Amino acid sequence: MFAPAPFLLKDVSVSQVMIQVCVALIPGIAAYASLVGPAILVQIVIATLSALLAEAVMLKLRGKSMAMFLTDGSAIVTAWLIALTFPPLAPWWLVVTGTVFAIIVAKHLYGGLGQNPFNPAMVAFAVCIVAFPALMSQWPSVGLQLGLIEQMNIILGWAPRVDALSGATPLDAMKTALKLGEGSFDVATLLANQDIYGNFAGRGWEWVAAGYLLGGLWLWQRKLITWHVPVSFIASMTVLSGALWLYNPSQFASPLFHLLSGGAMLGAFFIATDPVSGCTTPRGKLIFGAGAGLLAYIIRVFGGYPDGVAFAVLLMNLSAPLIDLLTQPPIFGMKDKS
Amino acid sequence: MLMNLFKFKGGVKPPSNKLQSNHLPIAQAPMPSHLVVPLHQSIGGTPQPIVQAGDHVLKGQKIGEADGWISAAVHAPTSGTVLEVGMHVRPHPSGLDSLCVVIEPDGKDEWIARTPIDHKAAAPADVFHHLQQCGIVGLGGAGFPAHGKLTPSKGVAMDELIINGAECEPFITCDDLLMRERADEVVCGIAMFRDLLQPKKVLIGIEDNKPEAIAAMRAAVDAQKEPFSVVAVPTLYPAGGAKQLIRVLTGKEVPGSMRSTADMGVQVFNVGTAYSAWRAVAHGEPLISRILTITGNVHAPRNYEVLIGTPMGELLALAQPHPDTDGILMGGPMMGFLVPNPQVPVVKTTNCLIAHDDRLFPPKAPEMPCIRCGSCAQVCPHELQPFEMYWFSRAKNFGKTQEYNIFDCIECGCCSYVCPSRIPLVQYFRFAKSEIWAREREKNAADQAKTRFEFKQYREEREKADKAEKLAKAAAAQAAKKAAEAAAAAAESSAAPAADGAIAPAVAAPADVPAATVNPEKEAKRATIEAAMARAKAQREAVQPKNTESLTPDQQKAAADIEARRVAAHLIEPEPVAPAPASEKPE
Repeated sequence: MFAPAPFLLKDVSVSQVMIQVCVALIPGIAAYASLVGPAILVQIVIATLSALLAEAVMLKLRGKSMAMFLTDGSAIVTAWLIALTFPPLAPWWLVVTGTVFAIIVAKHLYGGLGQNPFNPAMVAFAVCIVAFPALMSQWPSVGLQLGLIEQMNIILGWAPRVDALSGATPLDAMKTALKLGEGSFDVATLLANQDIYGNFAGRGWEWVAAGYLLGGLWLWQRKLITWHVPVSFIASMTVLSGALWLYNPSQFASPLFHLLSGGAMLGAFFIATDPVSGCTTPRGKLIFGAGAGLLAYIIRVFGGYPDGVAFAVLLMNLSAPLIDLLTQPPIFGMKDKS
Repeated sequence: MLMNLFKFKGGVKPPSNKLQSNHLPIAQAPMPSHLVVPLHQSIGGTPQPIVQAGDHVLKGQKIGEADGWISAAVHAPTSGTVLEVGMHVRPHPSGLDSLCVVIEPDGKDEWIARTPIDHKAAAPADVFHHLQQCGIVGLGGAGFPAHGKLTPSKGVAMDELIINGAECEPFITCDDLLMRERADEVVCGIAMFRDLLQPKKVLIGIEDNKPEAIAAMRAAVDAQKEPFSVVAVPTLYPAGGAKQLIRVLTGKEVPGSMRSTADMGVQVFNVGTAYSAWRAVAHGEPLISRILTITGNVHAPRNYEVLIGTPMGELLALAQPHPDTDGILMGGPMMGFLVPNPQVPVVKTTNCLIAHDDRLFPPKAPEMPCIRCGSCAQVCPHELQPFEMYWFSRAKNFGKTQEYNIFDCIECGCCSYVCPSRIPLVQYFRFAKSEIWAREREKNAADQAKTRFEFKQYREEREKADKAEKLAKAAAAQAAKKAAEAAAAAAESSAAPAADGAIAPAVAAPADVPAATVNPEKEAKRATIEAAMARAKAQREAVQPKNTESLTPDQQKAAADIEARRVAAHLIEPEPVAPAPASEKPE
């Protein structure tokens, strides 16, 4: 009998880690569902099923153990993040396309669990927003109240996609208004529209962001993530948006608006903290989070896309190995020497 | 006493499992049926056996002589007969054999004459010799001969002497019980170490999950009026690692690559080492027994005082292992190993035997890919990046593992403990280290072979050159000799016809022909050359008729006839001047 030390092992596993990430997403999902209705839950189910199916096919093709990898929960986390970042009333095939692409190309073609250099969910988002820009920008209009059956019909394509489905997120609406208005609109007037913008950043969206924040703090308390990435992400976004807001408050929204809208909170706590594609050293994580926060702000404010978190995270994923290499911490006993 | 404690980064808190075995006093293990005493029980040279099969030995009699300075003697744990000096499996994961002395006890347990030493009166060198002869080695795990660590380091003042009673590994309680029951002698041993090392401070570190031991040690320190600080350190594995304990108590970080902590003015001894060193000095007792925790999947876990060399299976039976026990773990569950078989003996560094079963130590789940979660880096007490070292060990990119400081890894097992992917990280690191060592050995061997080959080539060339030089010298000497002879001969022959004429101008030259063309050196040279030519000509002439030299007149006549006929038949030209026909020329 051969078994190497240590013989005592902590009760942890990859699936436990992934399940806890899913649990941490629940407050945000709950707030989201109360904002847009049960459609988001339908999308989560669609994404989960297609992720597991794609995962099973790829495991079979690669000759890997189904029992071991299908239950590790990593595909489910990817699926949930995709469902949460896609428009909730997007047609079913859009979510399926994104999810299957994420699992097959972004994950398994790179070597599967633990080997993907890019966050699969963000790859899915980037691919779909480039390939289907219109569908990826159509969000249900504010105040659109549809029942489960109606939403299902829209998602499954059995009901026509009406104008009420092609709204914009508050973040996107603000940008478009400021751009098209060419100075005639200012932020304060726009924000006064409580129907769209609620108290800070978007009616209902504030609660979704708060839900992600809550879940993220729980992940931190469980030591599944460290403070570095969320803190530096939020700090860099606050500093940049704050500086521009102070410079010209009529054309640039406040940091609070930016932090509580779009994918900022989800990105800070759940996406930029992905260990596989992110940095691992403490200083590296700070750089990674700060870079992602800055890029997300720049892309969402000055770029052409409704939000910048996906591209920001992908760009930082690209630089993560280099950042890690350059930020290796000094080891025990060698601190004053390096 | 309030004291500012430091923290080391990382560490884990596995369930301590110490309560099972620490509630009963230390018991004396019964005399085993036989004792297998390995000679190599400490770091350093392997002691040489000084007994033979059939010898009768007394308890405490030396059976293995220390081999060199870093080595310690080995003794008979009881009186009896040496059955064999031979190879037996040693308690090591490799399961390899080593030279052991097998003793059958005679039951009398009869001591050899013991000679204590007064360490205050004796010279330090004598005390070191005494400790070495008593086989005192570090009982905390590594088994470094104690006298080696007691020798003061050159040029570095000793700031702190640290006594390690942390005992951070789960399940083990032998140091706990030793401190509770024999604190006085432990403190005497510490005082002796203090006398030898002359440190500025003595700190006794004990994890705060052992309040009884802390109280007992404090009481003993107070009773002996020693200025030692007994410090309760936070329970956090591996706080009992020497470098971690140094960090916690002094704030100093001794780099993993620094071999001796004495270079940083600090030295660490285990409490058990202090105790046995004191027994050796005050009572002349060599290290023949130690306290050992027997626990795990057993009915009656407890600490025993056991003789070195006792087969582990016999000891485990004392604690009544449950029937599903499937192995014996030596040491703790974090750094210990399963012994190859129950016959392997207890050695000086055996601090714990744990009956292994799947309930206490569930079989490991299959290894998953690394998800770079970084848990391992967060718990590494040496602040390494285990997952990076894992990637490169796995890829056999050993150079990179060294860039990530793999040799600073103390193999404490914290990384494996927390890994959600159940990767046996320490195993990968051991593999990488042994591969690196093997490659270095190979490289050294290759380098040596290359050096040998190059030297051989150099030597051969040098010999060749020497020979050529000798030959050249000999040839030159020969030529010079001949030249001298020839010159003499030439001078003689030219002197005869012009005896008076040759000498006269030579005498007159300086007087009336100052620019005379006669250069004696040139003349001599010319004469030599002429003489040589003449000699060569003579030689040629002498050689030509060689094969006809010693012919009888009849033969000469016959040869002359043949020659005449040949000439007559135009077979040969009298004068060989005709060029060879073109067709015969080699193409």
